[in-house]
Amino acid sequence: MGEKVLMKGNEAIAEAAIAAGCRHFFGYPITPQTEVAAYMSKRMPKIGGVYLQGESEVASINMVLGAAASGVRAMTSTSSPGISLMSEGISYIAGSDVPCLIVNVQRGGPGLGGIQPSQSDYNQATKASGHGDFHMIVFAPSTVQETVDLISDAFDLGDKYRVPTMVLSDGMLGQMMEPVVLPEPKDPNNDCKEWAACGHKDKRKHNVINSLNTDPPTLERLNFERFERYAKIIENEQRAEEYLCDDADIIIVAFGASSRVSRSAIDKARKEGIKVGMVRPITLWPFPEKFIKKYADSAKRFLTVEMNMGQMVNDVKLAIECKKPVSFYGRTGGMIPTTKEVYEQIVKLNGGEQ
Amino acid sequence: MKVMGEKPKALTDAPFHYCPGCTHGIVHRLVAEVIDELGIEGKTVGVASVGCSVYSYNYFACDMVQAPHGRAPAVATGVKRARPDNVVFTYQGDGDLAAIGAGETVHAAARGENIVAIFINNAIYGMTGGQMAPTTLPGQVTQTTPYGRDVKVAGNPIRVCEMLSSLDGVALAQRVTVDCVKNVKAAKKAIKKAFEYQLAGKGYCIIEVVSTCPTNWGMAPTDALQWLRDNMLPYYPLGVYKDIGEAKE
Amino acid sequence: MTDLNILFAGFGGQGVLFSGKVIAYAGMMEGKEISWLPSYGPEMRGGTANCSVCISDNKIGSPLVTNPDILVAMNLPSLDKFVNEVVPGGTIILDSTLIEKKVERDDVNVIYLPASKLAEDAGVKGAANMVIVGRLWRETKFCSEENLDKGLLKSIPPKKIDLLDKNRKMIKTGIES
Repeated sequence: MGEKVLMKGNEAIAEAAIAAGCRHFFGYPITPQTEVAAYMSKRMPKIGGVYLQGESEVASINMVLGAAASGVRAMTSTSSPGISLMSEGISYIAGSDVPCLIVNVQRGGPGLGGIQPSQSDYNQATKASGHGDFHMIVFAPSTVQETVDLISDAFDLGDKYRVPTMVLSDGMLGQMMEPVVLPEPKDPNNDCKEWAACGHKDKRKHNVINSLNTDPPTLERLNFERFERYAKIIENEQRAEEYLCDDADIIIVAFGASSRVSRSAIDKARKEGIKVGMVRPITLWPFPEKFIKKYADSAKRFLTVEMNMGQMVNDVKLAIECKKPVSFYGRTGGMIPTTKEVYEQIVKLNGGEQ
Repeated sequence: MKVMGEKPKALTDAPFHYCPGCTHGIVHRLVAEVIDELGIEGKTVGVASVGCSVYSYNYFACDMVQAPHGRAPAVATGVKRARPDNVVFTYQGDGDLAAIGAGETVHAAARGENIVAIFINNAIYGMTGGQMAPTTLPGQVTQTTPYGRDVKVAGNPIRVCEMLSSLDGVALAQRVTVDCVKNVKAAKKAIKKAFEYQLAGKGYCIIEVVSTCPTNWGMAPTDALQWLRDNMLPYYPLGVYKDIGEAKE
Repeated sequence: MTDLNILFAGFGGQGVLFSGKVIAYAGMMEGKEISWLPSYGPEMRGGTANCSVCISDNKIGSPLVTNPDILVAMNLPSLDKFVNEVVPGGTIILDSTLIEKKVERDDVNVIYLPASKLAEDAGVKGAANMVIVGRLWRETKFCSEENLDKGLLKSIPPKKIDLLDKNRKMIKTGIES
């Protein structure tokens, strides 16, 4: 383990990816993620890696597709409007069973929206990152250190299941600095994988990286097979942090930046004797329903705190099979909820209000 | 018995799905012959595009990646940057290369990506059934220009080789056709030169093949070839638009 | 001390973000949990800039400081904007060279520090931010003086290391102010 250093979230994303053996970055500038690209452009040439600024997000994600299809660790990073442009490529990547990492440092939307922090791409990340039946594993870090740790896991799980993975950050986590310890760097393993398109060297039949199949029964079978893999992911890869849940009457469900605000509010409420806790999803897909369901009987009510208009509420309702009421508190458009606001919600709910 | 001719090794045994008289088959064969002659099949990665040639990944025996519509140059960029020792080519039609993928094409060319683009220009969308292409001629009737292409409404065709030849990253931009034996031979020579340039690290090479689409043009194959000579070649003259020769390594 | 929430505010170019960084690094050297959150976007380029720094013995929740224990105001708009957000019993350090206005609240400790003038008199124009860092440290003692210096050393990029002595001098001026 290395020395503790103070790093910006965005720069930590880049350094963590390098430590995870990634040597291929393709991207396009957009606030508030640009430091990721800028950092990569500085580091990659010095370590024999590739940094390439594409002419658009559309091109960048397809460069990732090409590099990843040839069997190397490849990634891109962007902010919300950029993901919309990349959604075509993400769908092809998923349909071609190619692992890669996509980072979204979220900003307010819709449209051009704003550049301040947001979590309003929750639905896009977990449910519809492109056309067709597919999923990505989506991680939601809440600290700079956790961002570093999850980047490495995202690459590893992507390789394990041959799926694209996403680290869903936001403008706050991307721009803030916190102390981090970077992991021991891994050597990039650029050996050709058995499925990859990197030249058959006259030793095997050709590999084809492809998402096209015009025969419905075959395409259906391929989708079924992919969903068998997804079932394993749902079974094995759910992650969440539980905070003061055991005796909690109120359980907050919040991820990323809003979970930090919620933690502060919970600490304040606990001092007043209010029994409130939090389940903090670390994976957004698969949604950590196992962790939330545990408290469906013991808790009296649930509250999601989000930087959007309540995109996660239904997932919580499903996880607890609607056994308890689920309230929502959120800010949007780049606003960050304050500790005081969340605390007031807790007090209100504790008094029996909805 | 003496073998008079053989399928190139760089083609699989899969039968082509192309229509009778379509020139895709000839161009596939030429690319495969060049790969055989250069002995590079084991290190070649092809990028298939979207259009009639989408299934080219079934026909070329080298490793293949199938790209989203228009994105073949970006996908090829990713492969080549990750695997600079591999030989990488795209095989794209006019809709893919010059309409939806015009941005990717121009920027891959401008960067001087060390890849080969085989560009089939038949002035029409084949796969979707005969709509206007960016290279559809003025006055040409297609399903979506039923009264003939009116340039005041639909805009003008794009001469891709001429356009790309102004970019510094381009090593070779040449327009060929495959309407007769002589031109087929010249086309093969051009394709071979493009692959040799890539092996020498010279940069982006594009070989535009002026082609026919008898089915969507609504003509017999021989009539289509004549129509190509009478209408396509005057608008898209054959020739070398850029060739940096030995100038750049 | 368990929690110290500081808000630095001023114009872009006054070194607001850098001051925060020095304090954050010093806290880290002291072994505290810390976070540093800047405002970002167009306001960084000439408009008002601010940054939140949290220093704590415990894990830091929200890194966004809305009700600071300490407000550092380096221009009038920043003072006006945040003066009523400071917690009762908190401290306001303002650069009295640039802000003539007096704070009307009587439940906060106000330090009128002519930071710009002190810096200029010492011949290091534009280093008011470091004078304030020195004074802020004196008021809070959130870390040892040695770790404050280490924080400064960590914050200065290698290319600008020639500025170390000037910054040290200005921090000292602030401590002694």
